[in-house]
Amino acid sequence: MGKVKKLGAKTRYNIITYTVVVLAYIVMQLLSTGDMLTSSIEGMLVPICVYIVMAVSLNLTVGVLGELSLGHAGFMSVGAFSGVTVAVILENAVASEPLRLAIAMVAGAVFAAIAGFLIGIPVLRLNGDYLAIVTLAFGEIIKSIFNNLYVGLDSNGLHFSLLSDNTNLAEGGELIIGGPMGIGGIDRISTFTAGFVLIIITLIIVLNMMNSRTGRAVMAIRDNRIAAESIGIQVTKYKMIAFVTSAALAGASGALFAMNYSTIAANKFDFNTSILVLVFVVLGGLGNVLGSVIAAAALTVLPEALRGFDDYRMLTYAIVLILVMLATNSSTVRGFIDRLRFKKTGKES
Amino acid sequence: MKKKIIAMLLCVAMLLCVTACGGESSSSDDASDSSSSTEDSGTSSGEGGDTAAAFKIGGTGPLTGSTSIYGIAAQNGAQIAVDEINALGGIQFELRYEDDTNDPEKAVNAYNAVKDWGMQISLGSVTSKPGEATSILNYEDRIFALTPSASSVATVEGKDNVFQMCFTDPNQGMASAQYIAEQDMATKIAIIWKNDDVYSKGIHDTFVEEANERGLEIVSDTTFADGNATDFSVQLADAQSNGADLIFLPMYYEPASLILTQANAMGYTPKFFGVDGMDGILTMPGFDASLAEGVMLLTPFNADADDEKTQAFVEKYEELYGETPNQFAADAYDCIYAIYQALEAAECTPDMSNEELCDALIEQFTTMTFEGLTGDGEGITWDEDGLVSKNPKGMVIEDGVYVGLD
Repeated sequence: MGKVKKLGAKTRYNIITYTVVVLAYIVMQLLSTGDMLTSSIEGMLVPICVYIVMAVSLNLTVGVLGELSLGHAGFMSVGAFSGVTVAVILENAVASEPLRLAIAMVAGAVFAAIAGFLIGIPVLRLNGDYLAIVTLAFGEIIKSIFNNLYVGLDSNGLHFSLLSDNTNLAEGGELIIGGPMGIGGIDRISTFTAGFVLIIITLIIVLNMMNSRTGRAVMAIRDNRIAAESIGIQVTKYKMIAFVTSAALAGASGALFAMNYSTIAANKFDFNTSILVLVFVVLGGLGNVLGSVIAAAALTVLPEALRGFDDYRMLTYAIVLILVMLATNSSTVRGFIDRLRFKKTGKES
Repeated sequence: MKKKIIAMLLCVAMLLCVTACGGESSSSDDASDSSSSTEDSGTSSGEGGDTAAAFKIGGTGPLTGSTSIYGIAAQNGAQIAVDEINALGGIQFELRYEDDTNDPEKAVNAYNAVKDWGMQISLGSVTSKPGEATSILNYEDRIFALTPSASSVATVEGKDNVFQMCFTDPNQGMASAQYIAEQDMATKIAIIWKNDDVYSKGIHDTFVEEANERGLEIVSDTTFADGNATDFSVQLADAQSNGADLIFLPMYYEPASLILTQANAMGYTPKFFGVDGMDGILTMPGFDASLAEGVMLLTPFNADADDEKTQAFVEKYEELYGETPNQFAADAYDCIYAIYQALEAAECTPDMSNEELCDALIEQFTTMTFEGLTGDGEGITWDEDGLVSKNPKGMVIEDGVYVGLD
């Protein structure tokens, strides 16, 4: 305990974050092998991992960089569609499922990063509300593209077409992305362990970045752009680094998400999903990674836990959400938590 | 110190709540597992008489959101059938529907929730995309599924234990084109369809194919998507300027209602022809049903049919839920009765495991002929792929009710 205390506050916070995630994984894994989980919980493990990664990565843009992005689901869909396409292409070449999943996730991350870079060029010239609206628009554009994109695979390689299915596949060919039908018949190779590994990688990237030279530069831009510029920080470069990293992580989680279901359609990754992830981030606290993790997990489980309310389920969900937001932001509750923390540390020293 | 103790107590209370909830669901899971797998508990609970053991039937559907008319109708229809069968004595059913808001992700959650409840036989999902997501789970868990209305081909494709009560999307498109050509309804046809919807696209593609083959002229083919499903003036103007005398609307009732309203405002009065998604338009809140006068649609169910079965069902539905049942309700009603017929023929008992039930039901469904509210006198049969074979009925809306076209 004494050693931990000697470490800086940031390091301690990081250690707590990792510990919480690892402990949660071990507990769930033990319960799962002991067959003590309901199918309901078991079915939600991968989506929870996906939303945690989404929330943490969006926190990088919203909390650390300080720019409101409303198109995060767009990167998720880029990752989902490219990841599944890669997985289908490699179906025969790579027999090992975990390896295929890993390659698909990397591919999803790469394509989402490219999308993030391209979108970042015009978007990052803007600030504040303008940036938020433009990211929203880009999210919708990505959705529309995937709704009209047809990708097929046959012995001659990949075929692309837009608007209508003109892929003209050879005998034995397979239509991978079918426009509005999205992708069907996906191999469901996502696992909870893969989700856990992705969370850990995300945490390592985000937490280390926040405590690095890059992270401090990004936060300096957030706090005062002009001051940051005046001491020689390249605003565009650091903004781009944060934005692209965030997009890449969302892409990887999108690939994981898609391969947890047998079917995926572009409409899933709409504005609502972006807002949902933003809610996780705001509830967890801007810039607070552990908060994002907990909020994402809790709010993913909440609608399912409320199934007992039947028709009033979503109403109850909204009310609970309002109450939680009020509670976490009220100074009384915060003061109470701070006092508890102070007493504890006061006693230990 | 006091405060701390209170805080601790609150924490403990919260934990108890959580574990109690978790414990409850898992114990009910165990109970259903044991009752379905071991014979002892099955017979012990069966001693109470014929009401004790029941087959647990679960399903998912949109009970909230923009497509909720379908989910609620299916739930109500199935519930009526379950109540009727339970009143007969003999085989008993227990029905539970969970909300999936027409989202595959939520559908998987909803499916897992009913599975935890102890579902032995499934009604799949009500809508297409969730149907695809849950049917693969039905297949893996070996829980027999008969979906009332998830009409995409992918729902049943490659799954030996998933069957459909409705036509597949491509079949609807083909049947619509055939119907229009045979009845010689129109020469110039316009289509407005939703290009980000699997249902709409499936029907559109086969409709165009069949229409071309039969020499129907498609003069206007316009689309809309989720984000712009409120203004159809461009699509309607295109249809009008190309002189279309019939507009084919392969879509759900919500956008269709807007199209009818806006066409009326434009003073444009072609014939409108819809498919089963159009069903429900008359009961849509806030829609002036008089605008739907003369709209034709192809649906397997006719609430105006004069056979005894249909009339009894419609009467009961109106009494309980205050509206005329649509074909989703009828399909779900038929689903329950088809399962009932198959269970009886296979002499299944509620203490059988879902695997045993699944095998028995697959055998029955591929061989039996079922007569229900939907389809005509020739009965309903299924092939090995789970596709249904029954005859559609052409309907036209007159004075706010469906009337058979023939």
